[in-house]
Amino acid sequence: MNSTTVRSLLVRGMLAGLAAGVLALVVAYLLGEPYVDQAIGFEEAHAHEHEIEAVSRSVQSTAGLATGVLVYGVAFGGIAALAYCFALGRVGRLTPRATALLLSGCALLAVYVVPFLKYPANPPSVGEADTIGKRTTLYFLMVLLSVLLAVAATMAGKRLAPGLGTWWATVVAVTGFVVAIGLAYAFLPVVNEVPQHFPAALLWRFRLSALAVQAVLWAGFGLLFGELAERLLNPRATAVRSPHTAPAAN
Amino acid sequence: MAQTVAQSTPTTPALPAKLPLKATAPWAAFFGILMLVLLYFVGAEQGATSVFSGTDVHEWVHDARHLLGFPCH
Repeated sequence: MNSTTVRSLLVRGMLAGLAAGVLALVVAYLLGEPYVDQAIGFEEAHAHEHEIEAVSRSVQSTAGLATGVLVYGVAFGGIAALAYCFALGRVGRLTPRATALLLSGCALLAVYVVPFLKYPANPPSVGEADTIGKRTTLYFLMVLLSVLLAVAATMAGKRLAPGLGTWWATVVAVTGFVVAIGLAYAFLPVVNEVPQHFPAALLWRFRLSALAVQAVLWAGFGLLFGELAERLLNPRATAVRSPHTAPAAN
Repeated sequence: MAQTVAQSTPTTPALPAKLPLKATAPWAAFFGILMLVLLYFVGAEQGATSVFSGTDVHEWVHDARHLLGFPCH
């Protein structure tokens, strides 16, 4: 029975991830693609040799973008659903829906925002080709560190809660997380490979649009998956609260 | 569902029961790794490391890689 619940949550997580991926794709296409194109324009104006296109720009910005964002959504939806199975009933007195939204918010921070503040997203032409190995290692290391520290802080907070109370246990755990991340920021090497004369406004707007893609992905996932999980785990309560049977009293 | 709390009313929302770690662990191990492999192909294949030779995978997901924050090239 419990294993069936895990499977049902996993399937719902991947579906919610796919749906959130569609929302993120819309944002990425409308908000992000113009900046990718502008950055490629800069690259071409400053490149000495011109690359042969293996995949045309029109395919990269549509089918290619969709493949990447949707697979990313499904994969993170699945991982988040599995993390949810561990978190459910263990992170405080929260309903299934609230647990899902809390988990999504933490995932946005730990998986994306914290690594992004050290190693932000870069448009084409920012970043030197021969440092890709180093930059990839550092980025994934930062993501791994951030996720592990977030999990550790959560577990530490839970341990401290009976003694300190929920409020101060949370304050202590979050402070510990921030200090540890600050140390990682300070000791990991700086990467600054913005070419000379690359427009600062373009870099800023590209990075903001990359952040918007993730915010929409995780907010969408949290709300959709939360609703599906609530209906799965709490069928009678949702039936009573459903607007079809009783007008909502929020 | 045996583990959900009974007697729920709209004013006192039912709090979910814990799922035993033993029930989640095999799913997490198998599907967790599968999902990470998917993320690898979206985020890093044919960049720093390659499973397949060439640049087709890299070129196909090029824009997604930039906009999802992965180091691309």
